Amino acid sequence: MATPIVQFTDVRKTYQMGPVTVEALRGISFDINAGDYLSIMGPSGCGKSTLLNLLGCLDRPSSGRYRLGGEDVSQMNDDALSSVRGTRLGFVFQSYNLIQQLTVVENIEVPLYYQDRPEEESRELARRMAARVGLEHRLEHKPFELSGGQQQRVAIARALVNEPLVILADEPTGNLDSSSGSDILELFDELHAQGKTLILVTHDPTVGRRSRRTLRLRDGRIESDVANR
Amino acid sequence: MNSDFRSVLRGLTGARLKRAVRLGVKSLWLHRLRSMLTMLGIVFGVCSVIAMLAIGEGASFEAQEKIKSLGSQNIILRSTKPPEEQKVSDKGSQSYVLQYGITYTDVNRIRATIPGVSVVMPARNIREYAWNISRRVDCDVIGTVPWYPEMRNQRVASGRFFTDADMESRANVCVLGAEMVPALFPIDSPLGKHIRVGGNYYTVIGVMERLGAGVNDSETGGSGKPAAQRMFIPLETARLRYGDVLMRRRSGSFEAERIQLHEITVKVESLDQVTRVADAIKNLMERNHKKKDYEIVVPLELLKRAEETKRIFNIVLGSIAAISLLVGGIGIMNIMLASVTERTREIGIRRALGARRRDIVVQFLVETVILSGAGGMVGVLLGMSIPFLVTYAAGMKTIVTLWSPFLAFTISALVGIVFGIYPALRAAQMDPVEALRHE
Ligand SMILES: Nc1ncnc2c1ncn2[C@@H]1O[C@H](COP(=O)(O)OP(=O)(O)OP(=O)(O)O)[C@@H](O)[C@H]1O
Ligand SMILES: [Mg+2]
Repeated sequence: MATPIVQFTDVRKTYQMGPVTVEALRGISFDINAGDYLSIMGPSGCGKSTLLNLLGCLDRPSSGRYRLGGEDVSQMNDDALSSVRGTRLGFVFQSYNLIQQLTVVENIEVPLYYQDRPEEESRELARRMAARVGLEHRLEHKPFELSGGQQQRVAIARALVNEPLVILADEPTGNLDSSSGSDILELFDELHAQGKTLILVTHDPTVGRRSRRTLRLRDGRIESDVANR
Repeated sequence: MNSDFRSVLRGLTGARLKRAVRLGVKSLWLHRLRSMLTMLGIVFGVCSVIAMLAIGEGASFEAQEKIKSLGSQNIILRSTKPPEEQKVSDKGSQSYVLQYGITYTDVNRIRATIPGVSVVMPARNIREYAWNISRRVDCDVIGTVPWYPEMRNQRVASGRFFTDADMESRANVCVLGAEMVPALFPIDSPLGKHIRVGGNYYTVIGVMERLGAGVNDSETGGSGKPAAQRMFIPLETARLRYGDVLMRRRSGSFEAERIQLHEITVKVESLDQVTRVADAIKNLMERNHKKKDYEIVVPLELLKRAEETKRIFNIVLGSIAAISLLVGGIGIMNIMLASVTERTREIGIRRALGARRRDIVVQFLVETVILSGAGGMVGVLLGMSIPFLVTYAAGMKTIVTLWSPFLAFTISALVGIVFGIYPALRAAQMDPVEALRHE
């Protein structure tokens, strides 16, 4: 079997808040294979977002090792991490995080902008991604003209445009009503069926149950790691 | 931070810069009013620099031209009425003959005792009417020597100036100033014609070139009336015709003055001797004149003083410009800091999607440079049009030097960079996780 896409080895993360040391993650080890669909669950404050930030190379672990696509990214410098984020990772956030002054298609292009892709090529790719999430008629709209569900689909298109190794989502349905939430989850199912690797953080057990595998955290440690069905 | 900045420069390929500029324009356009107001500081700074430089340059050019027309190697002595005498004559004693001014003896003394003096040019000014049949012009008749034009940087436009021979024979010849020709001879050429001045007829042998604006008043000597018409006759002729006593009509009563020479111009052999010769002449005159009935004008000193004034003016101007650009720059920095805070979330998003620190630096720096550059450009345009308005409305001479718009524009762009760096670095130093969480 091929090497896992994500390898976490005894990863710890501590925050220093003045005199107080907060241990958000206390030794996390797990692997994720290509094509996995993993949900991370657990009570509030257990370290889910912290873990996802590490997975997303937005932050560096205090100790331990993180290999992404076989490459050790745990001690990379800021520029290298930026480039890893831009080329190998896709992000979906709870609050969509679209840039308000840009149109739908421009928002989808942003990751390519920082990879110096030619403009026409970026525009074409962005259009194709918009079509893939069913927004080909909204290309020139601004985010505030779209519903929450539509905005989240733009965010997913943006996460797909650079063909990342892993797509990371932090509570992607947290701000949505149940119907548009389930649209998003269906989209995730489709992506999984197409062989994408997905990691999502959620509070919602029904969301968790749709994934292939669920990682439960408690107090910065892995409580359980089970395959669903 | 330093290496950060160097890598920014390295990362600036043409295509990337073009896109960064487009992005910058877009986000500035989004806040049009704010961007315009921010630009105003730079606009006024640049505009005032260029306009003030142009006005200052024009003023000092005029002053220097005026002084140069006196000749920088010359020292000019003029007869002036001593203040005490003025009081006496005002009492109305009609038989009183006022005697004052520079004498022929003074000329001989200067020529004989002061080394380094090459030419001494005496001149008499007499106020008279010049007639061509029924046409009349009120003019200054200047009795002087043949080398007058050369000494005073003036040229003969047509005909000739009078010669030594004319001097010796006390010929009745005259050279007209260009200003009085149209009034006396509106149609035909004055050369060879006769005009009548104070009962005598003179043959016109030449016409002088027109003097530049503002130079005229130095010619009228002690008489004080500006922009008088001038005509020249040989000094010896003037002596013969007018003697040394001048009658002057003044509000009913007559006033007699005995003045031998109204003006003498001393030409010094070389520039570096001017100051020494001027001092020597001052001494000599003080010793021989009990009353202060003369004034000494040293154009070179005036020139030096004008240059000093200009230098001070430039320093003051430079400080004002620096302060106004500083204020403009602080305005830009203030707005950019606010903008960085306001766009924290956007910065977080861009960082998460692959933007490096330097990409963020470039994004914000480009915005400030666009702001200050556009402000500079508008300022240059305004600043170059204001001098025209001033010239048109106030009649002042203005000179827009070629380098001043470039200088002002370059400085404004530099202000953009200098005051843009801090906000841009602040934006780039943000932690992506924190920035994403920002509300
Ligand atoms: N920047 C930080 N500085 C200090 N402490 C932090 C920081 N970020 C997280 N923590 C602490 O780390 C722990 C884990 O936080 P984290 O945000 O990962 O929780 P979470 O599982 O995502 O919670 P929630 O479900 O409420 O989002 C918490 O105790 C939190 O207070
Ligand atoms: Mg969280």
